[in-house]
Amino acid sequence: MSGPDTALPDTALVVDLWRGDAGGGGLVRYRVPVDPGQTILDVLTWVQRHAEPGLAYRFACRVGMCGSCAVMVNGVPRWACRTRAIPVARQGRLEIRPLRHFPVIRDLVVDFEAFFARWRRALGRFAPASPPPDALAVIAPDASDRQLVDAAIECIGCGICLAACDSVGANPDYLGPAALNRAWAAVNDRRDDTMGHLRAAARDGGVHACHAQGSCRRFCPVGRDPAGAIVGLKRRLLVAALKGRL
Amino acid sequence: MTEFRLFLIQRITAGLLLVMGVAHLAILLAATQAPLSAAAILARTHANPFWPAFYAVFAMTAATHAALGLRVIAREWLGWRGTAWGIGLWAVLVTLGLRAAWIIA
Ligand code: FES
Repeated sequence: MSGPDTALPDTALVVDLWRGDAGGGGLVRYRVPVDPGQTILDVLTWVQRHAEPGLAYRFACRVGMCGSCAVMVNGVPRWACRTRAIPVARQGRLEIRPLRHFPVIRDLVVDFEAFFARWRRALGRFAPASPPPDALAVIAPDASDRQLVDAAIECIGCGICLAACDSVGANPDYLGPAALNRAWAAVNDRRDDTMGHLRAAARDGGVHACHAQGSCRRFCPVGRDPAGAIVGLKRRLLVAALKGRL
Repeated sequence: MTEFRLFLIQRITAGLLLVMGVAHLAILLAATQAPLSAAAILARTHANPFWPAFYAVFAMTAATHAALGLRVIAREWLGWRGTAWGIGLWAVLVTLGLRAAWIIA
């Protein structure tokens, strides 16, 4: 390495990056110059530009909106673009790995297919009652059901909750927090025929596979509460089951 | 759906256990405070069919709750996905519980 932009300053972060593919891999160490305010994404970009052009990692918006940059940083799932490197480093060290519970494609890039397959299985989408009513629904922004939708809908689909969830690791059938959170948003939509979501959430691997550990809520970078959504679904399911509607 | 039904059963048995467990503790305390001898306790449970009935339901509820909980733990931690051993465990626990209720009847 040569040239002014590659010169290492006195202080450098020791960054262990997981490199490999579906067949396996391991940690490779890089020394990345400290730059005050640099994010994990900046660290990865530095490595790709200066040390390892072949490094595979994902990002798009760089401002915490698209949800494509999540990785494990020192064992914790985080969004790379909004995570400052220095505060999460341990004694100047960063260990960056691909997201837990996701199959690796290459280096830090993981396969989201199974993640979105879970959304489909959970019916994590708007499913209106049919036939549609004649008049458009008028839903006040401050209506209580609309606020429940708001709380759940702002998910950026980053996969951090799934990576954080131990129940997903213990039970591969489990739909997981993101998919159930999306289903909960739909259940609270007045225009939705809620039963489809409830039936999906009652199937094997549904809400009952959650043990309420709350890691999804703890690590969600945008402050959503999938654990609360799952509790809401459990409650609705209980009522539906008691009424014999399932 | 099966899983969800079992989950519901576990929740319902948990609620019952809470009530019956507290009742059981109160009975224990009352019997030891009295104080009643083992023979005196047995004389009362023989005289009144409520006691064996209460403990039969209590034991079955506990057996069901325990078997369902252990089943989930075994699935998640040991990867035992079969159903036979869970049903077997439930049958053993229910038998033990009912045997105890039968003895005080
Ligand atoms: S790059 Fe879009 S959220 Fe991080």
